[in-house]
Amino acid sequence: MSATTSTDEFIKGLWRENPVFVQVLGMCPVLAVSNTAENALAMGLATAFVLIMSNLLVSALRSFIPKQVRIACYILIIATFVTITDYAIQAISVELHKSLGAFISLIVVNCLILSRAEAFASKNTLGKSLMDALGMGAGFLFALFCLGAVREILGNGTLFGLALFPDNFESWIVMILPAGGFFTLAAWLLIFNAINERRGTS
Amino acid sequence: MPNALSKTLRISTSPHVVRGLGTEVIMRNVVYAMIPVAAFAVYAFGLNALVVLAISVLSCVITEHYLCRWSNKESTVSDWSAVITGLLLGLTLPPSFPLWMAFAGGVIAIALGKFTFGGLGYNVFNPALVGRAVLQAAFPVAMTTWSPAFIEGRFSHVSSSLFTLPFMSPTVDGITGATPLAALKFEQVSTGTTDLALGLISGSTGETCGVLIILGGLYLIIRKMMNWRIPVAILGTVYILSGLFHLINPVVYPTPMFMLFSGGLMLGAMFMATDMVGSPITNLGVLIYGVVIGVLVVVIRLWGGLPEGVMFAILIGNALSNHIDHLIRPKAYGTA
Amino acid sequence: MTESPAISTNASTSSTKMLVAMVGIGILCALLIVVTFQGTLPRIERLRAEALAQAVFKVLPGTSQTRTFFIDNSGQFTEMVAEETAVTKVYAGYDQQGQLTGVAVEASGQGYADILRILYGYQPQSQSIVGFHVLESKETPGLGDKIEKDANFLANFEQLDVSLAEDLKQLQNQVVPVKQGEKQHPWEVDGITGATISSRAIGDILGASTMEWVPLIYQQRGNFELNRDSQP
Repeated sequence: MSATTSTDEFIKGLWRENPVFVQVLGMCPVLAVSNTAENALAMGLATAFVLIMSNLLVSALRSFIPKQVRIACYILIIATFVTITDYAIQAISVELHKSLGAFISLIVVNCLILSRAEAFASKNTLGKSLMDALGMGAGFLFALFCLGAVREILGNGTLFGLALFPDNFESWIVMILPAGGFFTLAAWLLIFNAINERRGTS
Repeated sequence: MPNALSKTLRISTSPHVVRGLGTEVIMRNVVYAMIPVAAFAVYAFGLNALVVLAISVLSCVITEHYLCRWSNKESTVSDWSAVITGLLLGLTLPPSFPLWMAFAGGVIAIALGKFTFGGLGYNVFNPALVGRAVLQAAFPVAMTTWSPAFIEGRFSHVSSSLFTLPFMSPTVDGITGATPLAALKFEQVSTGTTDLALGLISGSTGETCGVLIILGGLYLIIRKMMNWRIPVAILGTVYILSGLFHLINPVVYPTPMFMLFSGGLMLGAMFMATDMVGSPITNLGVLIYGVVIGVLVVVIRLWGGLPEGVMFAILIGNALSNHIDHLIRPKAYGTA
Repeated sequence: MTESPAISTNASTSSTKMLVAMVGIGILCALLIVVTFQGTLPRIERLRAEALAQAVFKVLPGTSQTRTFFIDNSGQFTEMVAEETAVTKVYAGYDQQGQLTGVAVEASGQGYADILRILYGYQPQSQSIVGFHVLESKETPGLGDKIEKDANFLANFEQLDVSLAEDLKQLQNQVVPVKQGEKQHPWEVDGITGATISSRAIGDILGASTMEWVPLIYQQRGNFELNRDSQP
């Protein structure tokens, strides 16, 4: 495998097939945990970790897993890494675990991870799967951060908890509410598609 | 019959253009009908209302113009529809509403409520109400800070909260007054019907004087530019339903006249629900649509968490109107 | 008919293979989880204990040292000397002069998403709750978790009235949650708009827990005093 193809796999996940902006996968955490940049980043990292580890294991075991029970095996592997992530986050910081709470366990049902295991890792070599997972993970992280930053800036007037505006900033309360997640996602999808279209025509 | 074949059969979606009565003519007349309402708003709330109205109209027109250019279409500013959206939005805002929020509301109304669906004729929801709904969700405090009507010096003094810097929260200056509906819901105080009908109360700039709104609506109905069944169905439903509740328990439920003339019901029923694009096409469909909105208004007002429900009732009605059309579509003979 | 034996052998081999694969992966996964659990457990427990200890200082203003108490078999609060699990503990705080600053009680109940665990500080002298802290919650980030951040909400617990009735067996007024901005009495918990369920849950948890614990603690408040002989 040459160097160009592996960077290609990486760029594919980050931009051309971005899991959120192009494939629109894993919307539950994208909409739910993107209310602040910090939460979005932590969620993105946790998901990326699970994605990378499960892609690696699925790819390594791809000739060992029979086709009939592959989904069950993938879920088992994914759930394992989610549990590990849960413990790891608890061990890192009680505060962080408190703010992510319910959404860590929900990584199990993030369709992005299962779809990469099924569509890519089960058919490709370890190295390619790693690059794919890194790219997709980075793409997911990037997208979550885009949403989280906009929502935190407008909804709270802060970024990573640092105030960006004078004290009497009027927060757009709707941006922290679930509806704000949909608005922001729609806006980013619009921007993303506009950029891609412009590139395609030129 | 060559004669019949030579005539062109025109098929179009609403608004249906018949006999030269173009979009521009209808829209212009809607603006005429709204001028007395806007004028009364300025009379009651002074310069504040004038500036808020001007800014919301301006922001709608500018947004419309630039979005048309951006999507390589001919600018549709001259068809007056953006002016109507701006006027309606401005009329639903509190008089001392910060101007940057009013501007943002206009941009949202046109961009989100109209252009994401494809522009005039394709919007599912009334654009002005989309703008207001987003404003209500984003700035609930500013949207419910009402300054009372007919205060002294309203023609010489402009509320400082209007000129709040963009993205900053307004400082509440002077007196604020509760709207009749809020007073009823949170303080159990009822307001006299005459005051309501004549608009001698606090509230959004344009929702106070019911009589002028009715006159504007009548003008449009007489000129056959508005389907009279929509306001009649909405107002009739609200009157009958709230009348029933008032009969059952007059202590808890307000009189039907209070329900008719308070809040944004008149404005909504006359000018917003009648939006040709967002309402059903057939006469029967229009009646169903009006009844649904009327019921929703009463339900939200009496049992909902918010004091006013006209906005959401019309938005839900807009969303349903396509399905109403679909449900009552006449069956072709011989099909199941 | 000629093909059927081939199919059956095929199926039997593949089902063995399936079993092996699933059991194998299952064992591997179980192993990974157990290793992580064992590896992180000490640190998680230490962090939790630290968080609890810090929380006790937080909910009892002016505290410089704490002691742990539990209810012994005779129904009396006794200081816990050795580490014991599976008993309900309360934490008494003392200021630098050795005066009791209050008793921290842990309580839990159903929140919006999952069980909420909270710690509150009760001050027998003023018969009020003087501090509050959320130990564990899975409430929606940005909405439900306002119960930990909303300044207006937290102000409820600076001086929340839990005075006892004259018989000292129950509260004069039970702690109850009310809608935001409708707090009129010192025993009401002002809610949060946008986090209605979570903030109500806190009010209800406090209401239930104070009904049970406050009379007990108040009646036995002498048990919490530091031994007089240790005083200079």
